[in-house]
Amino acid sequence: MEKDLKYYAKVHSVESFGTVDGPGIRFVLFLQGCHLQCKYCHNRDTWDMSGGEYKSVDEIFEKITRYKNYINLSGGGVTVTGGEPLLQAKFLIELFKKLKKAKIHTCIDTSGMVNLTEDIKEVLKYTDLVLLDIKHIDDEKCRKLVGFSNKQELAFAKYLSENYIKMWIRQVLIPGYTDNENDLKKLKEFIRTLKTVEKVQVLPYHSMGRYKWEKLGLKYELEGIPDATQEDVDRAREILGI
Amino acid sequence: MDFEQWKGFEKGEWKRQIDVRNFIQKNYTPYEGDSSFLKEATEKTKKLWNEVLELYKKEHEAKGGVLDIDTKTISTVSSHEAGYIDKDLEEIVGLQTDAPLKRAIMPFGGIKIVEKSCEAYDREVDPEVDNIFHSIRKTHNDGVFSVYTPDIRAARSSHLITGLPDGYGRGRIIGDYRRVALYGVDALISEKQEELEILNVDDFTEKVIREREEIFEQIKALNQLKDMAAKYGFDISRPAKNAKEAVQWLYFGYLGAIKDQNGAAMSIGRTSTFLDIYIERDLNNGTLTEEQAQEIMDHFVMKLRLVRFLRTPEYNELFSGDPVWVTESIGGMGIDGRTLVTKNSFRILHTLETLGPAPEPNLTVLWSTRLPEEFKKYTAELSIKTSSIQYENDDVMRATLGDDYGIACCVSPMKIGKQMQFFGARANLAKTLLYAINGGRDEISGKQVTPKFAPITSEYLNYEEVIEKFDQMIDYVAKIYIKALNAIHYMHDKYSYEAIEMALHDKDIIRTMACGVAGLSVVADSLSAIKYAKVKVIRDETGLAVDYKVEGNYPQFGNDDDRVDQIAVEVVRRFLNKLKKHPTYRESKHTLSILTITSNVVYGKNTGNTPDGRRAGAPFGPGANPLHGRDVNGSLAVMNSIAKLPFEDSEDGISYTFAITPATLGQDKNTKIKNLVSMLDGFFAQTGHHINVNVFDRALLEDAMEHPEKYPQLTIRVSGYAVHFTKLTREQQLDVINRTIHERI
Repeated sequence: MEKDLKYYAKVHSVESFGTVDGPGIRFVLFLQGCHLQCKYCHNRDTWDMSGGEYKSVDEIFEKITRYKNYINLSGGGVTVTGGEPLLQAKFLIELFKKLKKAKIHTCIDTSGMVNLTEDIKEVLKYTDLVLLDIKHIDDEKCRKLVGFSNKQELAFAKYLSENYIKMWIRQVLIPGYTDNENDLKKLKEFIRTLKTVEKVQVLPYHSMGRYKWEKLGLKYELEGIPDATQEDVDRAREILGI
Repeated sequence: MDFEQWKGFEKGEWKRQIDVRNFIQKNYTPYEGDSSFLKEATEKTKKLWNEVLELYKKEHEAKGGVLDIDTKTISTVSSHEAGYIDKDLEEIVGLQTDAPLKRAIMPFGGIKIVEKSCEAYDREVDPEVDNIFHSIRKTHNDGVFSVYTPDIRAARSSHLITGLPDGYGRGRIIGDYRRVALYGVDALISEKQEELEILNVDDFTEKVIREREEIFEQIKALNQLKDMAAKYGFDISRPAKNAKEAVQWLYFGYLGAIKDQNGAAMSIGRTSTFLDIYIERDLNNGTLTEEQAQEIMDHFVMKLRLVRFLRTPEYNELFSGDPVWVTESIGGMGIDGRTLVTKNSFRILHTLETLGPAPEPNLTVLWSTRLPEEFKKYTAELSIKTSSIQYENDDVMRATLGDDYGIACCVSPMKIGKQMQFFGARANLAKTLLYAINGGRDEISGKQVTPKFAPITSEYLNYEEVIEKFDQMIDYVAKIYIKALNAIHYMHDKYSYEAIEMALHDKDIIRTMACGVAGLSVVADSLSAIKYAKVKVIRDETGLAVDYKVEGNYPQFGNDDDRVDQIAVEVVRRFLNKLKKHPTYRESKHTLSILTITSNVVYGKNTGNTPDGRRAGAPFGPGANPLHGRDVNGSLAVMNSIAKLPFEDSEDGISYTFAITPATLGQDKNTKIKNLVSMLDGFFAQTGHHINVNVFDRALLEDAMEHPEKYPQLTIRVSGYAVHFTKLTREQQLDVINRTIHERI
């Protein structure tokens, strides 16, 4: 049955104890559906728009309030991720409005590879923090890695900056794909042009999401690529100057 | 009363009568600072601890992990000669036998257990001892089996009621060992003599006679305690005069108990804040330094790590890792609003660093959301580092128990010196549900265990019908259960009375009949499946329901879903009410715990397929935990589900075992600490009762399974106690790895 997408979202799952996607203890809402095809995706099972389960705004909001004790005490909040959460912007407007009214910190984990529609701009009005996952600073390499140009996400970052919306920039470090020194320097230059970056995070690539591809009967495309090591991360952080 | 040893203490009611709480309240110094004052282990401590580690190694290599047994001496408070690890190095002395890690025999609980244990480790009980306990002296075990009825025996051997203390010591009694230090033994004896005089009455009833005999035994035990201390060169007839003596006196009190009783859990109480008063006095006098204070506590804790009991391999299968449950309750808040955290609360926790992590003593932090922040952070930091601490809700317990209670075993709170419990192990509720469906036939053996009830014969289970039958069956189980416990505790008092522990109690005490349940989440999920999905019954040729097919989805316990969580709440309430219908021995108060310790593995093994889809033989969740893999919304959702279980209906404790990988807890050290503190504050704010916190990687545990020699001190917490991971059976190790770790990738 089709639902009114203003009041319903396609949900993949929830995690009541998120600690790595934004500050404090976070209720993490994984929305179903993503238009990108990142080779290294560790949530491959969230891509398919037809999957997931419809949940209402009220139902999710009620669930979140059950964790207010933990969220408030830790300076945490709610993080919406996915999939690509901004594909369900209408729903997010409603949810975030309610959360802001309840004084709960809101955060979106996105690739920024979306059209800046009016709906998305509206969502961002109620968003305290954006975790912006820069897929690749080099447009050509970006297309190869995720199937899309990076122009939209860079524009998205600029929009956040111009509208005083806080962001954490994230770079997944994949050996041989995103760890090139010149690319990282370019990324550093780009970040320098943004005014609202609170944090830059280097996330080491790991192959632990691989079983999800295999479960879906798909070939894992980064076969043979090693996990990023702590040394790789340290090196990247040094280049990025963080 | 007045003693020169009390110089410098604030006076109060405690001088007129035995009242340790009053002494603490008048004299202790709350501490709200951080851990920076702590000192490292002294050279002496390091040297002594290394000797202990060597002994551990020898013990680990010995057959069954038992280094030595004194098979001749019947253990009593004063039975053995003095024993030492290394006399010149020991600040605190006293061992259970004449050598470290040498186990004693305590046949008053039951000679068979002693024989079986000795046999398992290639020893033989001295023939004279054998003769005494077979032909002359009756034991607790003999007593119980001379009165057990056939229905009790049937429920017992079919694993409907399990782990009953009918062949071993019941334990779970905490003597107020602090009294030995504060008053000295002579003052305690005078007090007991006065009690005898109170019982010099005209109506010489059975109750009066029994109490007089018990007090007589208590006085005898106190005299023996003095004799035992004298063997080590100490006169404990008078109060302790300084910090070192206070620790030594207190430990002698405890040592008397563990020489007298091989109890299932021998907890020490709430001692660290009490001892802080003596340490503070000495520090202020200039007669003690912080290094020395830590040294005394380190040596005290070392002794507590050496406590051993002789037990059978079967016991170990249930409760792995040689647990003693030397539970020490730390922190909490006073009813006047001051924190009971002192510097010594830090010192005793610091032993996890000076001596490294260990399962014993069972360090238990009484958590209040109002605890000093620095203390919260320190405990969280240690939890992350050592996985050796458990936490219990002081805000919930203080309401009914005041501010001088302690935890016995894992989760059982009791007022120190004023309350004891009759330990009752647990009923297997999952099996009870299967019996309800099968009219009292065992789903594995097919035997009729209970009287014949009408079984359910429909193809699909109907919720109302199942609830009705379940109600009848728990009615029956509750009856048998209380019958068994009444017999057990009558006989324990008669043949294996804990005279020294009870000598350190008031005359009039509260007694509880501490019943328990296992398999709660299996029952909740099964009933939820029957209610919200369709459950088809698969029967064998004799009509016995042996399997179930679940059609459709149903809400599962551990996801903060009221539809099923409220079923669990209702089951607990209902079972307690059934128990309350039956009168108890010595009019003890019915209480309930939701705790399995590691026995969830064995209980699961003995239980057939269940209507929730769980396979025969698969372990239950430990304590109140959800079943493995059914919690899909992360750890806080599990906590929310468990926090709904009402403490009012499970006053003997609700245990939750929680494990998380370091990476899931947060990115850097401070974030991890902050998140863990917030998690504990949140859980307890919504009235969760108990939580074991484990922080480790799955890979580390897997490696420890393969290479135990690399991890001699790796400690993990399982359902109310901590254990050396390498001492668990392989099955239990897998259970821990597979069933409790929360991680998100």
